[in-house]
Order: sequence, then structure tokens, then C-alpha cells
Amino acid sequence: MSAVPGTATTLAAARTAPRRRGDRIFSTAATAAGAAILAVLAGVAIFLLIEAWPAITADAAEIPGGDGLVAYIAPLAFGTLLGAAIAIVLAVPLAVGVSLFISQYAPRWLAQPLGYAVDLLAAIPSIVYGLWGIAVLGPATVDLQRWLADHLGFIPLFEGPASATGRTMLVVGVVLAVMIVPIISAITREVFSQTPRAQVEGALALGATRWETIRMAVLPFGRSAVIGGSMLGLGRALGETMAVTIILSVSGAVTFNLISSGNPSTIAANIALDFPESSGIDVNALIASGLVLFAITLVVNMAARAVISRSERGRL
Amino acid sequence: MSTALRAVSWRRRATDRAVTFGVATAFALALAPLVSLLWTVVSRGAERFDATFFTESARNVVGEGGGAYHAIVGTIVITGVATLASVPIGVLAAIYLQEYGHGRLKRWLTFFVDVMTGIPSIVAGLFAFALFAIFFGPGIRLGVMGAVALSVLMIPIVVRSTEEMLKIVPNGLREASYALGVPKWRTVVSVVLPTALAGIVTGVMVAVARVIGETAPLLITTGTFSSVNANPFSGRMENLPVFAYSQYKSPGVPPDPYFARAWAAALTLIAIVMLLNLAARLVYRRFGTELR
Repeated sequence: MSAVPGTATTLAAARTAPRRRGDRIFSTAATAAGAAILAVLAGVAIFLLIEAWPAITADAAEIPGGDGLVAYIAPLAFGTLLGAAIAIVLAVPLAVGVSLFISQYAPRWLAQPLGYAVDLLAAIPSIVYGLWGIAVLGPATVDLQRWLADHLGFIPLFEGPASATGRTMLVVGVVLAVMIVPIISAITREVFSQTPRAQVEGALALGATRWETIRMAVLPFGRSAVIGGSMLGLGRALGETMAVTIILSVSGAVTFNLISSGNPSTIAANIALDFPESSGIDVNALIASGLVLFAITLVVNMAARAVISRSERGRL
Repeated sequence: MSTALRAVSWRRRATDRAVTFGVATAFALALAPLVSLLWTVVSRGAERFDATFFTESARNVVGEGGGAYHAIVGTIVITGVATLASVPIGVLAAIYLQEYGHGRLKRWLTFFVDVMTGIPSIVAGLFAFALFAIFFGPGIRLGVMGAVALSVLMIPIVVRSTEEMLKIVPNGLREASYALGVPKWRTVVSVVLPTALAGIVTGVMVAVARVIGETAPLLITTGTFSSVNANPFSGRMENLPVFAYSQYKSPGVPPDPYFARAWAAALTLIAIVMLLNLAARLVYRRFGTELR
């Protein structure tokens, strides 16, 4: 500023000084926002750990159930995994079918509206899925579950006796499957439709039928997307709360019997059910179980993202 | 020889047909719940989808009557605060990723924003609870706690969608701005952001639609309350999803009026979510066309 005005260098200096300051402020703000997000994620882990700590260090007898934290969380973790496992087994073939239908079979003008319809499934709040499950799907499948108990009862999964209300782990698994189909299919649909044209046309030129084209070109190309998308869906199913809370009739039993009225609870549903009425160490124990859920879903999601980003890099 | 050939191609054709049938069935199976669910919610929710429902609270209501006015106010306040907190952070972080980011921080942020979209909503609720419980004790229930929980869920969605929108702003626009001597930050604020504005607004609306139906995190942070409370910093605050849940879970005697209110709340939620998604699509179609 104090330099002689009129020379080229001072002009440039005068104009770059405030410009640099504006840039510096703005880029600092943007970087800070980015760092803040990472801090929030770290904060989730840290604050959960702080609030879970009293339960982790507490005497085993003080934890609900009286047998310590591990004995408290293990049956819940079992229920969480069981429900998510049913969901994933049902949802993956369904989602792949949906994605193939939209990307390979449906006429082009219809593909986009059909995609919207599937995405609508993801937009519906989980509480509404819960109400639908307990009021419609559960009662509607009571007879089916009774049939399963009568005719397939030799399989431990359908041992029975069948629940009279339909509030079973099987129904929960089906509802979870419906909820994660759009998540899986959003990823797979995208990748299926990006199958290299030349490979598809090459297969067709060799006389392949549509199915053979899909098997030889589309599915190998989209394999890692199916894996990654399924793991994203798995993460969602593990953490889903309200649908399970409302539908499932809970006894705390550890059993593979999917159609009886005594089912293991899940970590998330147990928190939603017990948290509002808990106090003292019980709250800390619930938060400790939430920390376990956070750790499980974090690992699943990180693995899913790693698989998906590798498949994307492979395509470039 | 020729019969053998024909047998093989018959089998191939049959497999192809079977797969076509299977794929179409899968699609129908996936959409059947959507139809059933929408029908159930509309037919059962219509009974109490009336003026009283939107103008009266549940204060001192036993049995029939009453409404969800207090819950609607709560939902608007909680979601509004969450949006006010999430949009600046999310958009700035997206600007960092697209315009400034480099090296390890960018890679980490990209990865962890994706991971963050998968945080279970109940865990976000526990985080908000833990954060406030450390300072105010374990009995604390506030509207703003719910907003913090929803922000954790919303921020990654806003970052993702904003980043996508900034990506499709043509580089020529940025270069033209630099060529005119406009500093980088002014280029971002007055060239890049306005160009991507429709897309960013669309993304925010979709993010709002995603979190407005969240029940679990609010159940443990805002509690339940049957009167109107519009102050997020004072006391418990009801909201639509929790209202639907508590009406259904702990009904009075006879239970039918409570169930009817729960279904009406579910119908209201679905209507809000659908309207938000529809509006988002319209905004993008109306104002976002120059980019495509």
C-alpha cells in the first residue's frame, strides 16, 4: 500500500493482497467444515465410549440380567445378525432381479419411472414399515407360518409352534428385506446399465440368448457392485430400529426358530424399547450395546465402500 | 444329430424364458409391498385425516378426538434446526472436496462421508444423548438434541448430493471467471454455486425427506410430550414419527381412536415425504436444465 502507485508490480500487489485474504478465509472455512465432519464421526465413537464406560467397568451383577455386559449384549447381537441374515438372503436375489428387469428387460422409456417406484420404497419412513408389518403382513402370514410349522417343522428354522399373531423373526426379516432392496438395487442397477456395449453386442453376435448375455457380460461386470451393494444393505438391516421394535414379539431367547412367539431381540430394538424407561447404569449398558452396533455397522460399511470404490476404479 | 441340436436350443430358449419370468416376478414381488403399504396407510389413515388432527394437540386427550398439531410443530422445529445446521457444513465440505481438496484429507473425507451415510439412526440418537448427558445429566430431553442427531444423518447426504452437483458445473465457467481476474473464492460463490443451486436445493430437500420420518433417534433424545412446545432449548418436544409410535404402542382403552391417530400420523408423514421428493424433482427439472 505504501509503494509508489502506478507501477505494474504495486498494482498487482494491491490487487492480490485482499484477494488472497478472501481466498484464505474461504478455503479455511471449507476445510474446517470437512474436518468437522471427520470430527463428528470420531465424536460419535468417543462420546458413546465415555457414556458406555460406567457399564464396561461395572460389576457384573449391576448389569441388567445380572451376568455382566457380554452376557447382556450377546443375545441381542445374535438377534441382530439373525434378522439381518434373513433380510440379506431374501433381498439380494430380489434386488438383482429388480436391477436386471429395469436395466436389461424393461423398455428404455419405462426404465426411469420404474426406477423411481423402487426408490420410493427407500423413501418410506421405517415407522410406517413397522405399522404395516404388524397390522398387515404379520396377520396375513399367520396361516403360512402355521403351514411351515406343520410341514417343514423338521427344519430347525420352522420348528414352531407358530405364533398366533405373526409377530415373528421371519416377518421382521421379510420387512427388512423390502427395506433394503432399493438400497442394493440403487448400486447394482447403476453398474448393470454401464456394462460395456461391445461386450453385450459381442455376446449377442455369438448367438447368445438374453440370459446368456447377462450371465456372460452383465453379471461378471457387476459382480463387485452386487457384493458392495449387498453389504450396504446389510449395514442398513443391522441398524434398522423401528420396524423391528414394533413388529417383533420379544422374549430374549437365543433360538434359530423363526416362527415362534418367543424371539431374540436386536440391539437397536432393545435400545428403542428400554431406553425411555431406563435410568442409572441401565442407560450406560444400553449405550454400550449401541457402541457394539456402531462398531459392527462401521466395519460392514467400510468394507462395502472399499469394495464399491475398487470396482469403480477398475472400470475407469 | 439334428434332433440333438434342436434339443439343446430348446433348452436354452426355455432357460431364457424362465429367467425372464423370474426377473419380472422379482420386480413384481419387490413392488407388491409398496402397493399394499400405500393402500393400508391411505385407507386406515383417512379416518382421522381431518381438520381437528391438524389444529389440536393431544393435551388432556383421552379416547377420541385430539390431534397432532403439537407433533407437527415439533417435527418442523426439529427438522428445521437440523437443516440449518447441516446445510452450511455439508455445502462447505462439498466445496472443499470439489474445489480445494487434495491429498490425504480429501481421500479420508470422501471415504468417511460414504461410511457415515450408513450410521444406524439409533446410534446417531445415542450420540446426541451422550453429548448432552455429559454436560446436563442423563435425564436431559431437548428438541435440539433431536436436531443434532438428525444432523449427523443429514450432513453426509447433503455433502454427497452437493458434490455431485458441483462436479457437473462445466470447467469452462470456472476458467472464464479466472480469466476475468476473479479470485477463486468469488468464482465459487458467484459462478459455481449459482449454477449448481437448483441441484443443491434438490439434494437438501431429498435429505430433509430422508430424515423427517426418523423415529428412533428422536425417541431417545426428544422424548414424548402431549402439549405444544416450539422451543428446541426447553424441555421435551413431540414429533410426528414418535407420536405415531407412542399412539400405536401404548394405546388407551378402547384402543381404536389411538390406532386411528397413529395411522393418520403415518399418512401425514408419507404425504410430506412424497411431496418433498416430488417438489425436489420439479425444482430440478424447472431450474436445473441448463446443466444437462
